[in-house]
Amino acid sequence: MIDVDKALSLELAPLTFEVERGRLRAFARSIGETDPVYLDVRAAQAAGHPDLVVPPTFFFSMSMESDAPFAYLESLGVDMRFVLHGEQSFEYQRLAYAGDALVLHDRIIDVQVKRGGAMELVVKQTRVHRGEVLVATATGVIVVQHRQAAA
Amino acid sequence: MTSRRIQVGDPLPAFSCSPITRTTLALFAGASGDTNPIHIDLDVARSAGLDDVFAHGMLSMAYLGRLLTSWVPQDRIISYAVRFIAITPVHAAPTCTGVVSAVNDGVATVDLTVSLPDGTVTLTGRADIHSD
Repeated sequence: MIDVDKALSLELAPLTFEVERGRLRAFARSIGETDPVYLDVRAAQAAGHPDLVVPPTFFFSMSMESDAPFAYLESLGVDMRFVLHGEQSFEYQRLAYAGDALVLHDRIIDVQVKRGGAMELVVKQTRVHRGEVLVATATGVIVVQHRQAAA
Repeated sequence: MTSRRIQVGDPLPAFSCSPITRTTLALFAGASGDTNPIHIDLDVARSAGLDDVFAHGMLSMAYLGRLLTSWVPQDRIISYAVRFIAITPVHAAPTCTGVVSAVNDGVATVDLTVSLPDGTVTLTGRADIHSD
């Protein structure tokens, strides 16, 4: 079982993510995106953007950029093989673009025990800023399955 | 892109994806940064008692994001949330659909679904959009 007090007090270091054009193109191609505002700088600029647009779900990817993106779960004793992504949400304040240096602040905002301990839900929130300006907030629910307890 | 006022019942321009290959998963793992081996390494999947790897939930969420941004410019999206309902197996071909379920005070709410050809709903979601 996850130590809830430990989870809620975990200090997760801020992360700086430099948005690169090549990475955005690779992401766009991997999801079958063909809209040129995500692939072609000139098309993005012609549409009024300063550079390639960061697509809606790429903010989740930024959190994966640390050296050990799942270390916070492992530090809580979670076996990553039994983890599922339960829910994900984003709130958007502004668009982000290639060339931006964004700063991410993560924290665990909730831990819930479900099904008599057969699973636990870990809720992590990431606030993404460009300078002082909030760009987006990402909230993810990670489902930790305890197979033995479920038997 | 919409050219008239958004109304309740409006469908989004649904589309079906190509079948998800292992290559899709490898490329998405690298590009998305989600390198959890359960999605790309059969040995790890089997060690967890699974028959095979399965697709990242965030891949389906990204497909649904394409549905949204093919319908309205991205800066009109206020919020976008999904619940991952079922695993997407390798070789599945997800279909993304959406419909406007409410319009209030300049905000349109869209109900979103990703489903597989056998009828399995893998993901449900909701987005709020500036409607004008």
